[in-house]
Amino acid sequence: MSDDRLTIAGIDFRSRLWVGTGKYKDFIETQKAIEASGADVVTVAVRRVNITDRKSENLLDYISPKTYKILPNTAGCYTVEDALRYARLARAAGISDMVKLEVIGDEKTLFPDTAGLIEAAKILVKEGFIVFPYTNDDPIVAKRLVDIGCQVVMPLAAPIGSGLGIRNPYNLKILMEAVNVPVIVDAGVGTASDAALAMEYGADAVLMNTAIAGAKEPILMAEAMKYAVWAGRMAYKAGRIPRKLYATASSPIEGML
Amino acid sequence: MRITLNGEAREVTEGQSVAALLADLGIQAERVAVELNLKIVDRRTFTGTSLRDGDRVEVIGFIGGGRSDDDER
Repeated sequence: MSDDRLTIAGIDFRSRLWVGTGKYKDFIETQKAIEASGADVVTVAVRRVNITDRKSENLLDYISPKTYKILPNTAGCYTVEDALRYARLARAAGISDMVKLEVIGDEKTLFPDTAGLIEAAKILVKEGFIVFPYTNDDPIVAKRLVDIGCQVVMPLAAPIGSGLGIRNPYNLKILMEAVNVPVIVDAGVGTASDAALAMEYGADAVLMNTAIAGAKEPILMAEAMKYAVWAGRMAYKAGRIPRKLYATASSPIEGML
Repeated sequence: MRITLNGEAREVTEGQSVAALLADLGIQAERVAVELNLKIVDRRTFTGTSLRDGDRVEVIGFIGGGRSDDDER
């Protein structure tokens, strides 16, 4: 499995578990949980710098861009204009050309506004961004995103932070068949089995935040997620047996008394 | 002269550069992006870009976040 790398836009990713950096108690816990997860990609939000407290610490002092691939997101953006503005600012901060593009459509569900997403993605791809679009589990939208130049799609499993797990495995499977780019299941995972299932279905990676940061023991959950993603990936590659209604004996009948 | 910095009014010296403003704030320039009147300032020009009275300046960096629900709205 060590050579089982994920490559997107020419960039090699070591881990298939990607994690967010929000909702932790403090930077130490963030750092420890991310270490335990084995992730080499972390998402960060783009916000105003604290100008009133000169001593305020910086996330990047704990999560070094030398060690981790930093994936800025446009979380909290509800319009194409806002998403573009945040993406451009993220790139101007000089860490990478990657952006996790979120154009949120509704406050209650945080479902993506897929029309806005496609519009914004089109512009950012033209500007040379590597766009990681947070999308619905809709195969047609995923195809449109690939058509306009996205080299990866990130469908949700369930609403962000809901912990409901994979609500529509069949759509996800159709989506994975419909596109010829890596598919990263993003949002909705609640516990380790959800992550394993996503990988067993054939996802190329899983991105999560709340499932780890919101657990009673975030560092332990981060480790659990690491193994779940590994196990799911290996099971996918090994190929599961078909489901049958009736028993099939594992022991031979021959030689019985 | 007076500028608006991250949404708040602030007195700065006449003609202060973006680089000098960041230094005053104790901010490491390599970790932030600066927007001046809604236009991104190329980081190579932080030193050569002077601020003017009434400018709206945004200094943006990265914080912990994974998902939209991390937003404190």
